[in-house]
Amino acid sequence: MRPAHRALLLLLCLFAAFLLSFADAWRLRTLRAALTHESAVLVERLGLTDPVLFTEARYTRHPSQADLQSAFQDHPVALEHFPTGSLIAPPAGLLEAYEHLDRKTASPD
Amino acid sequence: MNTWIEKQRHLIDFTLASLARRKGKNLGLLFIYTLLVFVLASVALYTHALRTEAQKVLAGTPEIVLQRLVAGRHDLIPPGYIEQIGRIRGVQKKEGRLWGYYYDSVVKANYTFMAPRDLKIERGEIIVGPALERSRGLAAGNGISFRSYSGELHTFIIADVLPQNSELVSADLVLMHEADFRAFFKYPEGHFTDVAMSVANPQEIKNVAIKLMDSLPDSRPILRDEVLRTYASIFDWREGIMLALLSAAILAFGIFAWEKAAGLSAEEKREIGILKAIGWETGDVIKMKFWEGLLISLTAFFAGYVAAYLHVFHFDAILFESVLKGWAVLYPRFTLPPHIDGLQVATLFFFTVFPYTAAVLVPIWRAATTDPDTVMRG
Repeated sequence: MRPAHRALLLLLCLFAAFLLSFADAWRLRTLRAALTHESAVLVERLGLTDPVLFTEARYTRHPSQADLQSAFQDHPVALEHFPTGSLIAPPAGLLEAYEHLDRKTASPD
Repeated sequence: MNTWIEKQRHLIDFTLASLARRKGKNLGLLFIYTLLVFVLASVALYTHALRTEAQKVLAGTPEIVLQRLVAGRHDLIPPGYIEQIGRIRGVQKKEGRLWGYYYDSVVKANYTFMAPRDLKIERGEIIVGPALERSRGLAAGNGISFRSYSGELHTFIIADVLPQNSELVSADLVLMHEADFRAFFKYPEGHFTDVAMSVANPQEIKNVAIKLMDSLPDSRPILRDEVLRTYASIFDWREGIMLALLSAAILAFGIFAWEKAAGLSAEEKREIGILKAIGWETGDVIKMKFWEGLLISLTAFFAGYVAAYLHVFHFDAILFESVLKGWAVLYPRFTLPPHIDGLQVATLFFFTVFPYTAAVLVPIWRAATTDPDTVMRG
């Protein structure tokens, strides 16, 4: 096979895969539509306002319901100190170095 | 026509042979180029799918949620407040909602406790979200105790677990009877967390909100539209942060590609000189280089895009998941339906394929229009 034919065949295959990705997206959308629908029904039924993406603080659990000055709610110069405001989770090893200031229980309640 | 096609085939043959002479450099370029498209396309596909999913799921959120503010902070709705709203034209339904947060020190996570009005739950029973079921190892019929903020221990029986498919919105929920909720949080009788309202005509929502603010100056109405906008901006922001971090890589690639495409090596110049000396026309040299630019950039774009699609929708975007979704102790497990924005793909195509193809042509045109002897001598 000529090099030109090989290169064009490769491009053609890649282009076909590109087009196939749209067909696959349509297939997956149809398949996963039930998931979206089930969530949407629950939102309507319970009157939910926010997805459960960041649960560490009330203004990150429900950003749409938060006070207007929620980042400063603990005291006047308190900057946001929850990791949602930064980029990624701090490494586990780093977290261990700090003393947990929250309430502790020896055994599960 | 056939002669034209045959000529192009020969040009491509020659281009490929020329590329093969600098195999390492060209393969390196192709790899980095593909990687760049892959990263950019992954970010674009993932954020768009997440944004669209949030919009679809939250489409049924209450039209207006009315909060009461005291000293600029969210406070409880006192008895008689809902009645004060009175009859506002267009408001179909208004009801007080009961919900709040509970910190579970066992798994070090926050739960959202809620007493839904439209769901029948017996006293002493709760319905929990799927992430809570997972983190505490619960199942229907099990008992669980929570220590309330007043120090008392309350025991509940798990009546049911919310469906796995709705985890995006229900992961941390604990639904209970209104009386249990009030007893657990020592919520004063007649008080509510906020008021949910439904408005018949979507065009009227803003007017209703203005009337509410007039009649209750200490209230803060939150419209459905604002909720949807909040999420659109959260994901836009995350996409922006990711792209800002990537901008250094994009810039580095830009310099690399420009250097490779725009600055001709002595070897390439000599090659052009020889081609011209043996009778190639300027147009042919430019066409050959055009094919080179097009072959590299198209291959990189299609390969990068397809890899990004597979990464995002078949491998749950494992590389960027934590940056783009966020993270938490109780994290929902969900798979995104692929919503693809054609305009976004077209923009990506335009900004990755065209600049490279164009950058290849300029120096070639300059070299190809000079005298072969001068070009060969460098």
